[in-house]
Amino acid sequence: MSEITPERVAHLAMLARIALTDDEIEKLTGELGAIVDSVAKVQEVATPEVAATSHPIPLTGGMRPDVPGQTLTTEQALAGAPDHDGSRFRVTAILGEEQ
Amino acid sequence: MSAADLTRSTAADLAHRLTTGEVSSVEVTQAHLDRIAAVDGDVHAFLHVSENALETARQVDADRAAGQALPELAGVPIAIKDVLCTIDMPSTSGSKILEGWIPPYDATVVARLRAARMVPLGKTNMDEFAMGSSTEHSAYGPTRNPWDLERIPGGSGGGSAAAVAAFEAPVALGSDTGGSIRQPGAVTGTVGVKPTYGGVSRYGAIALASSLDQVGPVSRTVLDAALVHDVIGGHDPRDATSIPDQWPSMAEAARRGLTGDVLKGIRVGVVKELEGEGFQSGVKQRYHETLDLLAAAGAEIVEVSCPHFEYAVAAYYLILPAEASSNLAKFDSVRFGMRANVTGTVEDVMAATREAGFGPEVKRRIILGTYALSAGYYDAYYGSAQKVRTLIQQDFDAAFEKADILVSPSAPTTAFKFGEKLEDPLAMYLNDVTTIPANLAGVPGMGLPMGLAPEDGLPTGLQLMAPARHDARLYEAGAAIEQLLEGNWGHALWSQAPELGANGLATALGSNGGAR
Amino acid sequence: MAKAELMDFDKALELFEPVLGFEVHVELSTQTKMFSDAPNPAFGGHEISEPNTAITPVCLGLPGSLPVVNETAVRYSISLGLALGCQIAPTSRFARKNYFYPDLAKNYQISQYDEPIAFEGMLEVELEDGTLVQVPIERAHMEEDAGKLTHVGGSTGRIQGAEYSLVDYNRAGVPLVEIVTKPIFGAEHRAPELAKAYVSTIRDIVRALGISEARMERGNLRCDANVSLRPRGQVALGTRTETKNVNSLRSVERAVRYEIQRQAAILAKGGTITQETRHWHEDTGATSPGRPKSDADDYRYFPEPDLLPVAPTPQLIAELRAALPEAPAARRRRLKEEWGFSDLEFRDVVNSGLLVEVTDTVAAGASPQQARKWWTGEIARIANAQNAEPAALISPQHVAEIVALVESGSLTDRLARQVVEGVIAGEGSPADVVSARGLEVVSDDGALIAAVDAALAQQPDVLEKIRDGKVQAAGAVIGAVMKAMGGKADAARVRELVLERAAQ
Repeated sequence: MSEITPERVAHLAMLARIALTDDEIEKLTGELGAIVDSVAKVQEVATPEVAATSHPIPLTGGMRPDVPGQTLTTEQALAGAPDHDGSRFRVTAILGEEQ
Repeated sequence: MSAADLTRSTAADLAHRLTTGEVSSVEVTQAHLDRIAAVDGDVHAFLHVSENALETARQVDADRAAGQALPELAGVPIAIKDVLCTIDMPSTSGSKILEGWIPPYDATVVARLRAARMVPLGKTNMDEFAMGSSTEHSAYGPTRNPWDLERIPGGSGGGSAAAVAAFEAPVALGSDTGGSIRQPGAVTGTVGVKPTYGGVSRYGAIALASSLDQVGPVSRTVLDAALVHDVIGGHDPRDATSIPDQWPSMAEAARRGLTGDVLKGIRVGVVKELEGEGFQSGVKQRYHETLDLLAAAGAEIVEVSCPHFEYAVAAYYLILPAEASSNLAKFDSVRFGMRANVTGTVEDVMAATREAGFGPEVKRRIILGTYALSAGYYDAYYGSAQKVRTLIQQDFDAAFEKADILVSPSAPTTAFKFGEKLEDPLAMYLNDVTTIPANLAGVPGMGLPMGLAPEDGLPTGLQLMAPARHDARLYEAGAAIEQLLEGNWGHALWSQAPELGANGLATALGSNGGAR
Repeated sequence: MAKAELMDFDKALELFEPVLGFEVHVELSTQTKMFSDAPNPAFGGHEISEPNTAITPVCLGLPGSLPVVNETAVRYSISLGLALGCQIAPTSRFARKNYFYPDLAKNYQISQYDEPIAFEGMLEVELEDGTLVQVPIERAHMEEDAGKLTHVGGSTGRIQGAEYSLVDYNRAGVPLVEIVTKPIFGAEHRAPELAKAYVSTIRDIVRALGISEARMERGNLRCDANVSLRPRGQVALGTRTETKNVNSLRSVERAVRYEIQRQAAILAKGGTITQETRHWHEDTGATSPGRPKSDADDYRYFPEPDLLPVAPTPQLIAELRAALPEAPAARRRRLKEEWGFSDLEFRDVVNSGLLVEVTDTVAAGASPQQARKWWTGEIARIANAQNAEPAALISPQHVAEIVALVESGSLTDRLARQVVEGVIAGEGSPADVVSARGLEVVSDDGALIAAVDAALAQQPDVLEKIRDGKVQAAGAVIGAVMKAMGGKADAARVRELVLERAAQ
């Protein structure tokens, strides 16, 4: 029995900032339900005494010395931007009118 | 020397002939550009062909003429998967959301290719953000398999594999998160290697799943893969997960495999769980013939059991979407990439952009990954998947007690037809059942041609796996197995690939091609 | 809430017990950022004014870029953890905190979640009257700062009503340590004072460690204050609010006081407190609700796969522990004794936030009393008038130079005040100001004697009185001489000369 409902998919889409259409939500609800039922299989063997592995190769550190390197020019930084004012990236208003 | 000879040469051979002055890099590069012009309209392996390739080749020729000492692969062309950042070419990762984006920097592996004076030919097609096993999820249309243009070239790195199989490039770079180098290798009759996690820098590789991604070589021979691996591998301070060890030369290992008697006494572990149900009969047949050949050559065939491999696909399809959902959050229309033309708050614009810019498979996995990480579900899904990862590593450890290398088919089937699995994500996910365990455990894996399946005449692949950090063992054994198989067939598998006619239709060659 | 609706503070305390908690963010003054080798704007030596110039592909979260941890930032964090009396985790990990916001380049923040680098500490905080309070520290963890948004259009650059916003990522990736306390009980009516003292103690610590510029007005040190109230006799904690944007020690104190009064007024009327983020407004002295974040309840933390666990060796921890400066409270006790200050004098220095400045001035050679006098007097006065931090106006080295000039007799106090003013005005070092403004005391007796003789000649009646033994009459002559010398004379020497010449 799947926990995936259209409401949940819509909530996940909000968290992921994807404006899914109603059709997509409906389709994904079915697909994700099947996928989740299938991958839930991991719970069969994931018993409490098993440690979790986040990195495949056990290493620590990987740090760098505190030495400044090459920076981007403003031109390089803004080159790929959809909108800017010559030195900063421009986005539309952060709050909607109701706020 | 004809242009066809140049495009059918190995990288090792081209390197040799460039060194002796028999050919120039401009000639070699031009031959490949001509080949691309002739066949890529049908194959669609490339998303972008470099305008600088001939100039780069000319520089190499000039420096060689001036008596400069050049690296071994100087002047040899190479194709680059579009997942890798290139300062002089668009880097889109197969996605519309990054259409036309030119990064202000090179990926470390690309910088190393350039330092080795190789000649980048262009960027190869791929499933969007490397999510897929067929390139059908590319935003720019699928790549076609040179062995049969009606079939998929594998994925996500179908473009790199097809480019090499169609003689558009001698070698290429790929990236492998769950099989994206090895599975396309299997279905296009080419060689591909996923190095030990951390063996090759990920800096500048547009991330899919950070704890699984590895960049690796794609080629037609094991030695060529080794030569490229030597160029791109080794520690990179820009990638914290990069292993700081010194690495042995992979090319030397491959050459040892070609000249020595390395198969005698080698313990070859046959992974019991990676065959049987779901595997095509012709794949199984070629696999067992190969094992017999290995035994005849003196290898000790041992059966090993990896009981948790059956949970690998499930764990993978939790870990990958979870990491991907976070990695792909940066595509928000603020700093780079597309922006949907809508009015509203910045949130509205972000959500509309991501809706329009991502394809269905990407959305599917982002939503799945968001779910796997969300409050109240983390332990059941993501947390459990990380535990399965531990169990799979333990399986590998136990197996490598009994065997020097592990083997399996690289993919359960030969190339399938376009559209066959597109509407069934779960079926598509099972294409990577053989390759995923190596990514979860971080161990290196190699795919190499294993003959054509009798029932459809399409390539099959053999996968070799070695313990972490022992990539050289793959090259040594892989080169020897390749030689053994080619000796048995009387030719290299790729030499049997159908000609791609100027009219765009593959003309069957016959040979042991079977029904087409 | 209008001022009139707030409950009287003493009344609020009668009915409710305040429970406090603090999240203090400290920007580390490393040369480069937390995960990128871009120059760190919080490093004192970097002058970064143009937007989007202190950035690399990592700061912008460009596709393919990867974070790499700054080793020095980790060392600083360990030192801070140790100074807070924390345990240092043998292995700690970074995690991703996922939420969308345009100032967050990757739309996740690299932070630490269930495995912070430092945890379980205790910090001794001294209140104004010398009372010591133990503040329990839950954890201190490493993370990265976000970029800066500028809201354009609408009214006065506020987010509400803006037409569009501009993003500068210079600050994105600045190394932060977030220090989180456990709930603090028992502060009672001294809660606002404790809040101020706590933040001030953290500031002293990070300055003493040399790991942050710790300038609150620049955002180097930022405090989020959590306040909840529970009715007297109730065990369960009340609902808390988190007040942000508190950018000075004084604001910390005022914001906590305000929240206690505001919450008490609501609760006393039978209302409920909304758990929310509130913003402090320095101008109105009030807090207002922040914007509710739609995904604030689900950050989807998971271990950062691009970074390895941080595993400092026991040797490194021991080395950093050995290098720790004295704890602030112990240090204060020692300094008070060494300097021979009265309770009042010492408290005056501490409460003005000038302990570091006075210490540094003494270290530069000034006498403690002189150092105290200048910092808490003239310099504090100017700072107050300019609404600036005294430390931002003049260096301890320069103050010590001025004190030396006074003590050698080269300057009078009056002249020295002009020198202070000149240095603050940017006219250079004290020596520069003295020579440019011609402020040196005239120590040439010849010139002084001439001036004294002239003054005596002009005031024969005074001369008579002095000769008659009425020495106090000399004042008028001394005044005339000082005026004639433009103030650049040592009054004591002038007095000696007046008496000497009158006797002849």
